[in-house]
Amino acid sequence: MGSLLEIQQLSKRFGGLLAVNNVSFVVHAGEILSVIGPNGAGKSTLFKLISSFLRPSEGQVLFQGERISHLAPHLVARKGVVRTFQETTIFKTMTVRDNVIVAHHLRSKANLLDYVTGSSRAKQDLNEFADSADTILKLLNLYESRNELASNLPHGYLRALGIAIGLATGPAIILLDEPFAGMNHEETMRAVEMVRRVRDRGVTILLVEHDMHAVMKISDRIVVLNFGEQIAEGTPEQIRQNEKVIEAYLGVEDESIGM
Amino acid sequence: MKRQTIGIVATLLFSLIVVFFIPWLLDLTGRNDLYFTLTSVALLSIASAGVWLTFFIGRINMGQAAYALMGGYISTILVVNYGLSFWLTLPLAGFFCALVSVLIGLPILRLRGVYFAMTTLVLTEVSKLLALALPITGGASGIINIPLPKALKILGITLIPDFTTLANVKRAFYLLSVILMILCFALLYRLVHSRLGQLWRSLQQNEELASSIGVNISYLRLIAYAISSFFGGLGGAVFAAITQSMYPSNFTVNDSVNFMLNCFLGGLNYVFGPILGTFVLYFGWDWLFRMGKYQLLIFSSVLIVLMLFLPNGLLSLRFRRKSQA
Repeated sequence: MGSLLEIQQLSKRFGGLLAVNNVSFVVHAGEILSVIGPNGAGKSTLFKLISSFLRPSEGQVLFQGERISHLAPHLVARKGVVRTFQETTIFKTMTVRDNVIVAHHLRSKANLLDYVTGSSRAKQDLNEFADSADTILKLLNLYESRNELASNLPHGYLRALGIAIGLATGPAIILLDEPFAGMNHEETMRAVEMVRRVRDRGVTILLVEHDMHAVMKISDRIVVLNFGEQIAEGTPEQIRQNEKVIEAYLGVEDESIGM
Repeated sequence: MKRQTIGIVATLLFSLIVVFFIPWLLDLTGRNDLYFTLTSVALLSIASAGVWLTFFIGRINMGQAAYALMGGYISTILVVNYGLSFWLTLPLAGFFCALVSVLIGLPILRLRGVYFAMTTLVLTEVSKLLALALPITGGASGIINIPLPKALKILGITLIPDFTTLANVKRAFYLLSVILMILCFALLYRLVHSRLGQLWRSLQQNEELASSIGVNISYLRLIAYAISSFFGGLGGAVFAAITQSMYPSNFTVNDSVNFMLNCFLGGLNYVFGPILGTFVLYFGWDWLFRMGKYQLLIFSSVLIVLMLFLPNGLLSLRFRRKSQA
C-alpha cells in the first residue's frame, strides 16, 4: 500500500493556544484511518488543516507527494481530498437527489457556457450525474428518500447525505467529520457498515471521531491526539493497550475504549 | 417537458400582451401618459432582476443604483461627447458596469449578510458623490439635451428607425424597454434553470459545503455579480435616453432600496418576481398619491403587512394554492 496522504509536522496556533502541535502521520491508499482524542484534543482543527479550510502555522500536508496545504479548499477537493461536514451542513432547500447531483461538479466535462446554452456535452454530463447520483443514493440507502427536500430528511439520514455529497465528487480520499456522533448503538452499526461500503468502492477514509466503540470496530489504524499532541499511532489492538491512551482517557477508560 | 411548454406559451402570451396589446389599448384610450410609467416599470424591473440575482447567491445588494447611475453616465457621455450611436453605447454601458463590478466584487463579495449590504449601500452613495465631483459628468447640473437615439442600421437595413422621426417617441421607448425586459428575464430564467443556476443555489445555501465539493465559489459569485451589474447599467442607460437628461440624483439610495423591495415583494423564489414586484410597488405608490401626506405611512404599513403574511412574495400566493391542490 502506497502512502496517499502525508501529514508532516503539522502545527496550528490560535493566538497563545497551540491547538495542533507537531503532528505527523501517513494515510495509506485503501485504508480506514481514524483520528481520536478527548474533547479539545485538536481533532477538528487537524481536520480543517488537512482539508485546507485552515492554513497551518507550521508543517504541511502532502497528497500523492504534492503539497496541498496552501491551496484553496475547492482546489484541494479538485485534487481528490474531500471533506464532509457534521449533519446540518447540506443544501437544505434542494431535494436529496439534487444535493448529490450538484456535488458532481468536479466531474463535469462541459464548461459553464455549455450548461447555459444546453450543448450536447452538457446534456451528456447531466445524464451521467443523474445516473451516478442514483447509484450513490442506493449505496447509502437514501434512494427511497431521493425526492424529499433535504431539510425534511430524518436526522439519521443527514449524515449519509453528507457522505453522499462527498462521494459524488469522486474523491480519492474522503475525510469524515464525526460520522457517528449522536447515534445510538444500532445506528452506529449501520453507519459503520455504510463507511465500509464506501471504502470498498476504493475510497480511502480518514475519519475524526469521538465514539471509541465504532472507531475500534472500523479502523485499520488509529491516531490518538491529546492536547494537540499525537500520543499514539497503531492498530486498534495496539491502541487499546497503549498506556498513554488509557491515561488520556482516564476516568472514562474501560467502557469507552471498548475494553 | 409539459411544464416547459406551458412556460414557453406563457412567456409568448406575456410578450404579445406587453408588446402589442398594451400599446393598442393605450392608443385607443388615449392614455399616452401611461407609456412613461410602464416604461419606468420595465426598466426598473431590469435593474431589480440584477438585485434578484445577487439575492440568489445569498447576498443582499443595496448598490444597484450605483450601477444604474454608472450605466446612465457611460451611455450619455459616449453619445454626447463622442458621438457614438446610442445602440452601441447600450451594451457598452452594461459591459462597463460588469467590468467595474468585477473589480469591486473581488474584495467585497467575501463579505456576507449585513456587511455586504452596508458596503453596497455605501457604493450607491459613493457613485453619487463621484458623479458630482468628476469633471466629465457635469457635476450637479448634470448633462442635459441628450439627443434621441438615431437609427440602427446593419448592412444598410434599418432595424430600428431614428427616434426623432417617430410620431410617438414614448411608445418607441416603451417598446424598447419591454423588449429589453423580456430579453433580460429570459436570459435570467435560462441561467437560473441551468446547472450554473444550481451551482449558484448551492452557494446561497452553504458556501463552505459548495467549496468542499470543488466549486470555485469566488468565481461563481463574481459571475453573478457581474451579470447583476450588467442589468443595472442597461436599465440606467435607457432611462437616461428617455428623460434625455442625466443627473447624479437620477439613481439614489432610495432606488437601491426600492430595487430590493421589488424583489422581496415579487418573491425571491421566482425569477419573474421582480417584474410583478416593480409593477405593484410603482403603481401602488402612485395610486396612494391621493392619500396626500399619509401616502408614505399607508404605503409602508401595507408593505410590512405583506411581508408578514407573504414572506415569500406575491407570487407565492399562486404557487401555494397550486401545491395544496
